Amino acid sequence: MPEKFDCIVVGAGPAGTACAYELAKAGVNVLLLERGEYPGAKNVMGGVLYRKMMEDIIPEFYKEAPLERPIVEQRFMMMDKESAVTFSYKGLEWGREPYNNFTVLRAKFDQWFAEKAVEQGALLVCETVAVECIVENGRVIGVRTDRPDGDIYADVVVLADGVNSLLAKQLGFHREWRPDEVALATMEILKLDKNVIEDRFNLEANQGCTIEIFGDATKGILGTGFLYTNKDTLSIGVGTLLSGLIKHKIKPYELLEYVKNHPMIRPYIQGSEPVEYLAHLIPEGGYHSIPKVAGNGVLVVGDAAQLVNAIHREGSNMAMTSGRLAAETIIMAKEQNDFSESMLDQYRMKLMESFIGQDLKKYKDATHHFESFPQYFEQYIPMLNRAASQMFTVDGASKWEKQKKIWRDLGSTKQKFKLARDMMKAWKVMK
Amino acid sequence: MLHIVACIKQVPDTKIIKMNPKTNTMDRASAPAILNPYDAHAVEEAVRLKKKYGGIVSVLTMGPPPAVKAIKKCIELGADEGYMISDRAFAGADTLATSYALTKALEKIAKQRPIDLIICGKMTIDGDTGQVGPGIARRLNIPPLTGVNKVVELNKEKGYAIVHRKLEDGYEVVKSQLPCLFTVEKDINDISFAPLPNMIKAARYQPTIWTADDLEDVDRKQLGLKGSPTIVSKVWAPPKPEGGKILTGTKEEQVNELLSIILEKKELFS
Repeated sequence: MPEKFDCIVVGAGPAGTACAYELAKAGVNVLLLERGEYPGAKNVMGGVLYRKMMEDIIPEFYKEAPLERPIVEQRFMMMDKESAVTFSYKGLEWGREPYNNFTVLRAKFDQWFAEKAVEQGALLVCETVAVECIVENGRVIGVRTDRPDGDIYADVVVLADGVNSLLAKQLGFHREWRPDEVALATMEILKLDKNVIEDRFNLEANQGCTIEIFGDATKGILGTGFLYTNKDTLSIGVGTLLSGLIKHKIKPYELLEYVKNHPMIRPYIQGSEPVEYLAHLIPEGGYHSIPKVAGNGVLVVGDAAQLVNAIHREGSNMAMTSGRLAAETIIMAKEQNDFSESMLDQYRMKLMESFIGQDLKKYKDATHHFESFPQYFEQYIPMLNRAASQMFTVDGASKWEKQKKIWRDLGSTKQKFKLARDMMKAWKVMK
Repeated sequence: MLHIVACIKQVPDTKIIKMNPKTNTMDRASAPAILNPYDAHAVEEAVRLKKKYGGIVSVLTMGPPPAVKAIKKCIELGADEGYMISDRAFAGADTLATSYALTKALEKIAKQRPIDLIICGKMTIDGDTGQVGPGIARRLNIPPLTGVNKVVELNKEKGYAIVHRKLEDGYEVVKSQLPCLFTVEKDINDISFAPLPNMIKAARYQPTIWTADDLEDVDRKQLGLKGSPTIVSKVWAPPKPEGGKILTGTKEEQVNELLSIILEKKELFS
């Protein structure tokens, strides 16, 4: 007779590990399954880890976790072919405890986090793929793995199996994601001397900087480029909705090469050596794409539940919090020995009450709006650059004249109305 | 009951290890630690023999605390018990001192459960010497059978084993008394995909760990660096081979050029 656990968590990313950690800490007998050789081996993100949600799970984790740099500056570049309008916030308070966020390399961080769950008593089994949920009388009673004698049972199964979540799909919780519900991010890790990084990004030791790049980084396709500082590497990448890549017939690695060779970006990365190449899908469907997250004997967390705020590039924090909320629900369900959907559905309610549900609701139409109206990235960012260039180029023309020129550049009266209307609409979906 | 002990080692994955060009030593941090590939085949063979003849498979390793991971890997493969000797006194051991320490541990294991067969990998991929296996056999005064690529029969009652030993131009069939020691080639078996219950057992498993003090009748002078007469005077990465010549042109031209090169260098073929 195969062994039975209280809970099986499928996938040792931030969501699954957070869930397993909280469960093990509460004395729940939990099995954490990971398909990679070790947790983090197959996990990818640009690299920003948010302190607060991690600290909700492990207080003062930053004293021992393998982090790269605390971020003290966040820059945003509205980039055109050979210009950029940049704004940034730099605050040294972010460089001190309790910090705001950090750059991390997932291969190291996820491994550490999973070790912490094991210390709490979770049982971690790697190199094992959960191929389907075992369903009996309409409830999930375990998972089938790809190994011989691979069936394993539990009162409740948590699906933290990432963006494609084949297991949730098998249960009919969601269909295949549409190309406008997922983004494809490709990135490289570039080796560069620590001192060179600090000089180029105006940092001191143990300070980090993130740059988000809009506009020409993605050749006008909806998406962003990013450049983050690690200890002695840089993470550079570009993510665009899959639908955008399809529409523009651009291959993702071509876009990454384009960003790397962009005259506004190249100087940052000059002389660096690529050491790793990564690519991953990101669920960016937002609020409307959140699938069913609770069923009889099963919960869905993290990327598998589409919990990503694309506008604020938040995802790992939502993953962790969703894992924690799932664990809270399971602990409650265990006390009452009731793992039915109506009991486990409390997880969905907790999720929607938390910042996750609130934030995703706030931006529920944002991605779709910008996707439907490409002029924001294709036209308005170059327009902004031309305006800035006009205003700051000292060529003897009076400032009145310059303002007139900028005004003319906005186009005909009709186009100006359209611009005003678009700005109103953008405000509406973002507010 | 048949008792087979596999001796294993955790090694850096030399397929991807980087050499430090200044010191000419391996940058061990640059490569993940893995179970020595030959040893995985040793454990696999022990487990297959157990399945065929019944019995128990133990694994033994010497190493620092993280080497527990290599033992867990063996439990995944189907080993029943794991033993590790770990102590600063063992550090810096060459093959002579290593075989001494492992022999002392094997004697201790044998006191608990007599050993019928010891299986080692042919060699480790970080040292490439292939000396520890035969060293153990010599110290235990049992026959060493190196380069084994097939076990034909194991007969505990009558006390013999029949194996194939790989030779340069074929193989030889050898019958040996038990207990004896095999060192195995990679082609002896294919590593099986571990069943899930083994994975779960391995995740929970904690091996028996002994320090130098836990072993009996140990001559400390024979342990670790002190017991190692080997001196590594220099290690260097082999020079990269020079690129060959690629012949171009029509097939006829290529054949003609090839022939003239062969004739020119005919002393190489004599």
